[in-house]
Amino acid sequence: MTDLKTSDSESADLETFRNDTRAWLEANCPPEMRKPATSDADVFWGGRNAKFSSEPQRIWFERMRDKGWTVPDWPREYGGGGLSAAEHKVLRAEMARIGARPPLSSFGIWMLGPALLKYGNEAQKKEHLPKIAAGEIRWCQGYSEPNAGSDLASLQTRAESDGDDFIINGQKIWTSYANYADWIFCLVRTDPTAKKHDGISFILFDMASKGVSTKPILLISGYSPFCETFFDNVRVPKSHVVGTINRGWDVAKYLLQHERAMISGMGERGVGRPLGQIAADSVGTDGQGRLDDAMLRGRIATFDVDEAALAACAERAVDLAKAGQAHPAFSSAMKYYGTELNKRRHEILMSAGGVDALEWESERSRQGARPRAWLRTKANSIEGGTSEVMLGIVAKRILDLPGA
Amino acid sequence: MALVLTEEQSMLRDSARGLISDKAPVSHLRHLRDSKDPTGFSKDLWHSFAEMGFAGLLVPEEFGGSGLGFVEAGIIMEEIGRTLMPSPFLATSVVAASVLTRGGNAAQKSEYLSKIANGSLLATLAIDEGAKHRPLQTSLKAVRAGNGFKLSGAKALVIDGHVADLLIVAARTAGSAGEREGLTLFLVNPKAKGVAIERTIMVDAHNAARIEFANVEVTADSVLGEVDQAAGLLDGVLDIGRGAVAAEMVGLSDEVFGRTVEYLKSRKQFGKLIGEFQALQHRAAELYIDIEITRAATMKALQALDADVVKAAPAVAVAKARAGTTATRAVQEGVQMHGGMGMTDQFDIGFFMKRARVCEELFGDANYHTEQLARARGY
Repeated sequence: MTDLKTSDSESADLETFRNDTRAWLEANCPPEMRKPATSDADVFWGGRNAKFSSEPQRIWFERMRDKGWTVPDWPREYGGGGLSAAEHKVLRAEMARIGARPPLSSFGIWMLGPALLKYGNEAQKKEHLPKIAAGEIRWCQGYSEPNAGSDLASLQTRAESDGDDFIINGQKIWTSYANYADWIFCLVRTDPTAKKHDGISFILFDMASKGVSTKPILLISGYSPFCETFFDNVRVPKSHVVGTINRGWDVAKYLLQHERAMISGMGERGVGRPLGQIAADSVGTDGQGRLDDAMLRGRIATFDVDEAALAACAERAVDLAKAGQAHPAFSSAMKYYGTELNKRRHEILMSAGGVDALEWESERSRQGARPRAWLRTKANSIEGGTSEVMLGIVAKRILDLPGA
Repeated sequence: MALVLTEEQSMLRDSARGLISDKAPVSHLRHLRDSKDPTGFSKDLWHSFAEMGFAGLLVPEEFGGSGLGFVEAGIIMEEIGRTLMPSPFLATSVVAASVLTRGGNAAQKSEYLSKIANGSLLATLAIDEGAKHRPLQTSLKAVRAGNGFKLSGAKALVIDGHVADLLIVAARTAGSAGEREGLTLFLVNPKAKGVAIERTIMVDAHNAARIEFANVEVTADSVLGEVDQAAGLLDGVLDIGRGAVAAEMVGLSDEVFGRTVEYLKSRKQFGKLIGEFQALQHRAAELYIDIEITRAATMKALQALDADVVKAAPAVAVAKARAGTTATRAVQEGVQMHGGMGMTDQFDIGFFMKRARVCEELFGDANYHTEQLARARGY
């Protein structure tokens, strides 16, 4: 009975939190911020050179930042909201309820932050986490290299010891938004004689450092979200290594779990109009209001079933993690399914849009937003580990299949 | 509500698993099938189910039941799915108990629910008439006669139809096939004059029957719920059945998958374990992911049913649709990856394939539920 009482009062507290949160969001989330982002300008990434694309975007960001709700579950001392997992879930649900956009998007939040919280020393946490939370510093990720893609651990960028510093030389590729980033978290080889997983370190440095240069890569979408990044004798203090020197692979893998969780959640899951209704705009409906293309309607409905099921699975993954029952490699499973599903979504959107979805340059088509987004999604099952690599991880680490 | 089992629910799962894996492994079903057992399930095991509070799991405590919810019923169903144990649990304890609890009047509840809880009464819902599950197509006729009604028509795939002590029959008292208005539920004694029951031996060796009703007379007291207004009650009760069958299919899929992965780790060809081949690894990994997603969708549906049966409909449609496609994939991959062994009757895996096929049809297949979701979303 005691237990029952405790959980009753806990759930009462949570209900109070829900009501307060709902009221606060109602009062503070500008109406313009309650619809899905439709362009890059709608997403606020922060950083030294950040500009707000609109006044509501600024207001929304600043209000959320002041509550620590750019990173609701980080500790307060590092600029977070200090919410419990249950409260965080409530906040997410309440934001989803009104369709509120994330106030700040950032690789610092999604990837580096969790890794620093686990592996960073106190000085590193104090230095970097509050600036991530406040959107002051924009981060990029230096992982892939021209000859180290799926086989990431074969990376060759060197960091050679020089007193208290490392001297870094080499090249990264597919560095997302490196040309806009202020700092980089980077994998470098600090011991070329060790086995490939054992000689890697995880290091942080300023992109304004002497010897760093970037070059955007034009993609099939016509956009350049990725860069080549070059390091030419970049000097970085050894104190910028996160975790132990030569044990960077542990940090890298941990961070990848978060990256994969992030990518699996890409796509506009559950927000905005149902796919079937979007399709009806161009395809039309029959006398009973059904999409006037039975095969397309079936594809969409099957997609909706899978999407709703995946949403339940994502929710369960969070709950399992909270309960300490999560398998650390489960994010690979989610990444695989989430990205394949998002590709399906955009194939359906293209199919539904027909000829209208083929326009590449016009006001009418918002500069080809639909086909460009469709092409962008093809990277989902490649970036952060290909679908094939994800299946290999599931086979090896979760199913324990031999020789994988 | 977190999508993980509470401590109490984990304990329930453990005790159900203990009993079922001990007393009713797949060999139990095999024995019932091979001996052409006239009952089709073990009465001893059903008594154990009653003693452990499973038979009356959903029955309110005031009628001697356990008063638990649909998540708990799903836990039992999942364990049943692991060993394919034939049991009255689905028809009697889940579906019939829900019909009576949700739709019965005080007299009907007190007469039947306590007997369900103590294991002395088997009951079943007779709804399907055609080859596919189409509840609104019900056309078995009930016409007023004197103070009561006369029932004429036929039902197919009545679960436990030949052993049930009480039939809950969906009939049409008004309107025509396809309409929501005009459906009525009747409590019918299977021994009543004019009821002809043919046990149908099904592919999965579980109990089912075809039942014909030839001018079967029932009293006005035997109406369950409101005359002509059963559609709403049926929606909810069928969704409860769907959630339960989805849970059975999750257990079934998980078990088939576990057996298949073990086989991949023990069978050698070309001088190595076949689990080393990437072609099989990736298929196994995809199936694992499918099962985990379906498991989550099913938990979500069962929790939604516990919260509000009416509002749970879309979540249930998602779960039953996913469970159908996932179980179908699991058993097909299971047989394929077991190679020739998978094709033999001696090997258990075929039993899972057969049961999955039946579960897919029960209360609507994946196509049916995908269609329901499309309608609910307005396209």
